[in-house]
Amino acid sequence: MTQQKNRIIGPVLRNIVKIRDVRKNAEKLGERTFEQAQIANVFLSGIADFYLFMWRTTREAFSRDFEFREFFRQCYLIGYKTVPLISVTGLIIGLVLTIQLRPALADFGAVSMLPGMVAQSIIREMGPVITGLICAGRVGSGMGAELGSMKVSEQIDAMEVSSTNPMRFLVVTRVLAATLMIPILVLYADALGILGSWAGANIKGDVTFVLFFSQAFSAIDFLDLFPAIIKTFFFGAAIGFVGCYKGYTAGRGTESVGKAANSAVVLSSLLVIIIDLVAVQITDML
Amino acid sequence: MKAMNGILVNEVVTTPKQVVEIENLSIGFEKEKVLDDLSLKLFNGENLVVLGQSGSGKSVLIKCIVRLLAPDAGTIKVFGENVNELSRNGLAELRKKIGFLFQSGALYDSMTIRENLEFPLKRIRKELTKREINEKVEEALGNVGLADTSDKMPSQLSGGMRKRVSLARTVVVDPLIMLYDEPTTGLDPLTSDEISELINEVKKKYKTSSLIITHDIECARATADRIIMLQNGEVYLEGKLEDFEKSPDVFIKSFFK
Repeated sequence: MTQQKNRIIGPVLRNIVKIRDVRKNAEKLGERTFEQAQIANVFLSGIADFYLFMWRTTREAFSRDFEFREFFRQCYLIGYKTVPLISVTGLIIGLVLTIQLRPALADFGAVSMLPGMVAQSIIREMGPVITGLICAGRVGSGMGAELGSMKVSEQIDAMEVSSTNPMRFLVVTRVLAATLMIPILVLYADALGILGSWAGANIKGDVTFVLFFSQAFSAIDFLDLFPAIIKTFFFGAAIGFVGCYKGYTAGRGTESVGKAANSAVVLSSLLVIIIDLVAVQITDML
Repeated sequence: MKAMNGILVNEVVTTPKQVVEIENLSIGFEKEKVLDDLSLKLFNGENLVVLGQSGSGKSVLIKCIVRLLAPDAGTIKVFGENVNELSRNGLAELRKKIGFLFQSGALYDSMTIRENLEFPLKRIRKELTKREINEKVEEALGNVGLADTSDKMPSQLSGGMRKRVSLARTVVVDPLIMLYDEPTTGLDPLTSDEISELINEVKKKYKTSSLIITHDIECARATADRIIMLQNGEVYLEGKLEDFEKSPDVFIKSFFK
């Protein structure tokens, strides 16, 4: 009798245990799906927020009462104050490129091509990208930290209650200044890079300034310079938008200032690389 | 009422008239109610002190008045205009009549003290000449006893001095209503007394109506014409200073000890 009972109840119990396991696994799967959905939600709403922020900034840029004084101040801070860093970097890039390229070209007996090759690589790629990344670090983090600390210390609120539009005063001026100044800095870095290259060429050789520069510029045409300059406007806009967005939307605690500065650097550097990739693809199609 | 800068400036009136009227205000953050069905009125020419513990929703209340925060329910009327229904331009016009002293002072770090005062003046009182702006800045700084600091940066000033400069920046545009968010927090007793005195002087000199948010009893004693005590986002008690000091309520007693 007991054996008969066991024979019937045994499989039933085993099935109940199996059903429980299936239910537990389904619950775990549900929880994981919910977590992933929440992460996706945060990510997508972040993109939507950023898009709205860019839209609002663009709209404010075309409104009346443009803050010229603040715009010129930002041009000075972003442009002039970054000049020493860009000068050193530009010179070193040119110098290092020349020193490293020279032996390779010498193997093929093509040292005469050195000025043209260095000029092309600096103008098309090295100058814009290195300047973009340096500005992402210096300008992007500066904007993130400055606006973040203004948010934490209620300065943005103070501006708003004194009937000043903080988007127009703080964001529009910074984004436009970055968009305008970074291409100028890139041109300056390019010029210094070629100058550094001339200095590098003279370490193991003797090339006159005029000969070096005429060879360098003869290798450059419109399609080298134009797309490279156009993409730097996008670098500037991306750095300005990201830096301001991260600072403007920082949380209320002091910890959020550091986070804003950090994420501004990371995201704007990443955007510089992505914009460069897209620009290279478009240039290739031309 | 008399006209000044296109804005109606209040004279001393004999009959009290409400300049701010809040009805059934509710606001919460992430399911937690901060203010619950709160109603209050600020009358012309009075100093109304709102007392309460930290987290009782005092700062949220005045941020709702200038629409730095949007309430979940209820109406806020300032000079009869519903703040939450105003257009962007309408809100900007209304904010010109309101001075807001922030808890942290909120001086602009990148500007000198003079530039800090000029900033709202140039935007709100656009009709003023450069000379008039200079005079107003000097006068406002002189009123808070800091005439010699105009070329300094905010970081060069002490906490009390920054609060006073912030007060000067707020009153320099001749507001009709003053909102003080914890004006004496983080200051020593002597400086706190100075700030309380300045609040009273501002009321006399600029004929303002003031809403003072604080948990500093000494500041409340020195400045209040009327007091409202908040607890858990609701009005716990409303009355004159004497009503609070004579109250047998344990919570009120613990506050006024």
